[in-house]
Amino acid sequence: MLLIHCPYCEDDRPELEFANAGQAHVVRPSHMSEMSDEDFEGMFFIRDNPKGVNLERWRHIHGCGRFFNAVRHTVTDKFLKVYRAGEPRPTDAELAELLK
Amino acid sequence: MTRIPARGSRLGTKTISFTFDGKTYEGIEGDTLASALIANGVHLMGRSFKYHRPRGAIAAGAEEPNALVNVFRDSARRQPNVRATVQEIYDGLKAESQNRFPSLAFDVGAVNNLMSPALVAGFYYKTFKWPAKAWDHVYEPFIRRAAGLGEAPTEEDPDHYANRYAHCDVVVIGGGPAGLMAAKCAADKGNSVIVCDENAAFGGWLLSDTDLRVDGMSGAEWAAAMVAELQANDNVRMLNRTTGFGYFQQNMVGLTERITDHVSRPAPDLPRERMWQVRAGRVIIAQGAIERHMVFPGNDLPGVMLAGAAQTFLNKFGVPVGERIGVYTACDTAYAAAFDLYEVGCEIPVIVDHRTEVDAQILKQAEDLGIEVIKGGHISEVTGRLRIGGIVVKSGADTEREWDVDALIMSAGWTPSLHLSSQSRAKPVWDETRGIFLPGESPQACICIGGCNGTDELADVFAQAAESVGGKAPKCKIEDDVSTSGGMSGATGDSLQKGKAFVDYQNDVTAKDIALAVREGMHSIEHVKRYTTNGMATDQGKLSNMHGLAIAADLLDKPIPQVGLTTFRAPYTPTTFGGFVGHTKGSLFDPRRKTPIHDWAAENGAEFEPVSLWDRAWYFPRRGETMHEAVDRECRTVRETAGIFDASTLGKIEVAGPDAAAFMNIMYTNGWDKLKPGRAKYGIMCREDGFIYDDGVVGKLAADRFHVTTTTGGAPRVLNHMEDYLQTEFPHMRVWLTSTTEQWATIAVQGPRAREIIKPLVKGVNLNSESLSHMSVSECEICGVPARLFRISFTGELGFEINVAADYGRSVWEAVWARAEPLGACVYGTEAMHVLRAEKGFIIVGQDTDGTVTPHDAGLSWAIAKSKPDFVGKRGLQRPDLVKAGRRQLVGLKTSDPKKVLQEGAQIVANPDQPIPMDMLGFVTSSYWSGTLKHSIAMALIEGGFDRMGEKLYVPMEDETIEVEVTGSVFYDPNGDKVND
Ligand SMILES: [Zn+2]
Repeated sequence: MLLIHCPYCEDDRPELEFANAGQAHVVRPSHMSEMSDEDFEGMFFIRDNPKGVNLERWRHIHGCGRFFNAVRHTVTDKFLKVYRAGEPRPTDAELAELLK
Repeated sequence: MTRIPARGSRLGTKTISFTFDGKTYEGIEGDTLASALIANGVHLMGRSFKYHRPRGAIAAGAEEPNALVNVFRDSARRQPNVRATVQEIYDGLKAESQNRFPSLAFDVGAVNNLMSPALVAGFYYKTFKWPAKAWDHVYEPFIRRAAGLGEAPTEEDPDHYANRYAHCDVVVIGGGPAGLMAAKCAADKGNSVIVCDENAAFGGWLLSDTDLRVDGMSGAEWAAAMVAELQANDNVRMLNRTTGFGYFQQNMVGLTERITDHVSRPAPDLPRERMWQVRAGRVIIAQGAIERHMVFPGNDLPGVMLAGAAQTFLNKFGVPVGERIGVYTACDTAYAAAFDLYEVGCEIPVIVDHRTEVDAQILKQAEDLGIEVIKGGHISEVTGRLRIGGIVVKSGADTEREWDVDALIMSAGWTPSLHLSSQSRAKPVWDETRGIFLPGESPQACICIGGCNGTDELADVFAQAAESVGGKAPKCKIEDDVSTSGGMSGATGDSLQKGKAFVDYQNDVTAKDIALAVREGMHSIEHVKRYTTNGMATDQGKLSNMHGLAIAADLLDKPIPQVGLTTFRAPYTPTTFGGFVGHTKGSLFDPRRKTPIHDWAAENGAEFEPVSLWDRAWYFPRRGETMHEAVDRECRTVRETAGIFDASTLGKIEVAGPDAAAFMNIMYTNGWDKLKPGRAKYGIMCREDGFIYDDGVVGKLAADRFHVTTTTGGAPRVLNHMEDYLQTEFPHMRVWLTSTTEQWATIAVQGPRAREIIKPLVKGVNLNSESLSHMSVSECEICGVPARLFRISFTGELGFEINVAADYGRSVWEAVWARAEPLGACVYGTEAMHVLRAEKGFIIVGQDTDGTVTPHDAGLSWAIAKSKPDFVGKRGLQRPDLVKAGRRQLVGLKTSDPKKVLQEGAQIVANPDQPIPMDMLGFVTSSYWSGTLKHSIAMALIEGGFDRMGEKLYVPMEDETIEVEVTGSVFYDPNGDKVND
């Protein structure tokens, strides 16, 4: 079982309290109805499946109820970073630093 | 057989009586089943899996592959595949051998042994190929009968199992010398420590070694002193009979503590096992090493066992394993075992050492005792049927000599136990000089020490244990420590060609099988393993992996690491399901949700049905009524008079805040700006892909407050869906979402006399259609308590839904019923509710939709606000596939024979005479008998259904084809006059 740090509760809590909510930083455009079919496909259907660093959303559903983002390594399952919803995606340089 | 009481470090004084295969034996307190049986001269304990060969205990601990027995207390408490070497005896213990018929000594299945040329590696793959039909009647029944060890109990497990979480700085898996020292050093530094050991007593190998001296104490004495010291420390928790079976993420370790399996009459309040989930700052793995057997023909006869096991039987339990004991070894430790046995009076006629070079000092010791040692020899044959009787030894000059023996002890060296290390995702590292895999660096905060790290000398083990926790080991004076040097992996003699030299005892895999697999093209150990099933039994190849690997590598002429080592998985040893389940079974498996009116319904004879986690009143049969009759009556009464219905399970979400309407505009397809406070609306929620996600009536209480209802099962996901958008896409919106499902009791009153029933109970609103018209909501008082009164209908009749605080639910319900009953109204359940709504063509999300149905497909285009710039699903609904002609659309079906009720899920075709497979146009989603209409009604999703009105289609069933006509889906009161009464 994973131990996940909720950036709102600021505490390590067991995985049982959380629900994974898929890929992070998928932007829902403000003028969605003008999107091309290809763009909609990419936004709604296509997801990354990386071996290594994965940016994903979690919800502390049986806790504070907040959605947040996490950088998790899919091989080691290690959480490298958690940050609140709305905070920017870590830069590639920052991700490389986390991997060290 | 005699006991050597002075040697039994684990023996108590009490005599204990037990039965094996119905015969009564006596053992001594502290015995395992295996040690007690051997003390009684019984080596034959089971039959092997494939060839039904007679087998005895090979080992003395958890790695035992052979001596699997069935232990039972009563008809429900039957545990198959218990290792006799682990099970402690208690007064009245009943054990049975397995895998034999009719008896252990005479087993009909042993004919497989004679047929064995046909049962070689890959047998299943080669034999059970074709014809396909044979699978059903021949192959599968055959494989099922032959497969599996032991027999699972058929009754429910009456025992209970506990579950516990724990956190500590250091958890130590294994309480041998390494583990005890690490625990001591960690505790000395003030850490909180949990140390567990799978055995009844801590001490590990120290309890089996009588030569060793630590600070002048025997190993057992030193271990006892350590245990006493640790037990006195409040920071240390000692768990014996506790197996560290799994290593999970972030240093979570699973431990299984066996609490009553060794107790004669367990107290009924004790759990049988307790599963610990321990989150540790640091995990110290001190699992030790497992001795390998020698691979030679006949190495499975009862009486043949590991040298270390013989030493354990002698020194822990005072049981010499024979009187005239041969030794076959490639490792120094077997000499120590032989000398030990010699010392207590056993005859050691010969030590056959596979090595040509042996340590001179050891040879000298043997010579002093008069024991003959044959260097560079191997055992080519053994004699005996149910017990070993003799060995044939070949040596350098190819001379053959024979010895009579009644036991044979063997050692091919020690395999560091990498199970937990591997589970922690460390990759093993090959040590070429010693021919063993060592634990590699783990990505987790753990370290392997002692035997499982390949560490030999006790002084090094202590130093390593201290270092692993950043401590310092006390200075100890260590004397007579036996080295584990030497060892080999692979087959000996010509056992690759001749005889049955077992590599994997539990799955009956021989050296020849491995050779055959390699010849047939299996070049990676993963393939060899699957082809031969080597290492795939419940012991996960604890003894066999290295031998299998070495044989394959040798034949392939590749270094061992290139052929690979398989990854170990949890659990380390078989773990009961009960432990994983813990208390979450029966009524504790899932919560059962009950409405405030539940008890009233139960008292009034309701039958219940589960709907998601809720128990819902299904129908209320009167004396002698069938379900069909009850539902018919309930429907008729609602249509003619009125009925009351417990709708409390409906999901409810309060959406409040200045931006509530804007938020509703995004979440639902409908428009909410123009809806006036006091009005209600049927809302549809889509996912971004345009498919229906949920629906429900929404009441607007004020400009900034909505009372949203959802489907019964949908409330949690709808709230999650709303929260997701609110928190991550529209965080600027000032909206608050609150689940209120359990705060409101909801009572539907439906039917022509509904108004009359509730009128005297309502204060603060006039119930006539001018002030409370269809699809409106009012905050008022009912029975003197605050209420939200909806005028809505899920039946097509004049209807109201009363919402009051849940605590008042039952009393308001009773007040409504007191009014309703004298008027001839009824209580109705979910089945009548379904019929009534289907007669009106109201959909149930999840029944009439399946996640691929759009609002347009469901005939609900009117509920989509076209002018809104955005809502969730708007873009999705424009997708090419969703606007294409020929989509499945929701229509009504009338059977040509009005009495025929279709099966929900039945497929629909245009031409029933076409060849199979037929072109399916769609399927039935809802189907009922309508007592009101006197004919069956159904809804169905059918390709281009809206354009097929009046068309005749067919529902082919197994024994008949049913003709249907496509109709609109509103069967009752199509103009909807009744709701406006
Ligand atoms: Zn939280």
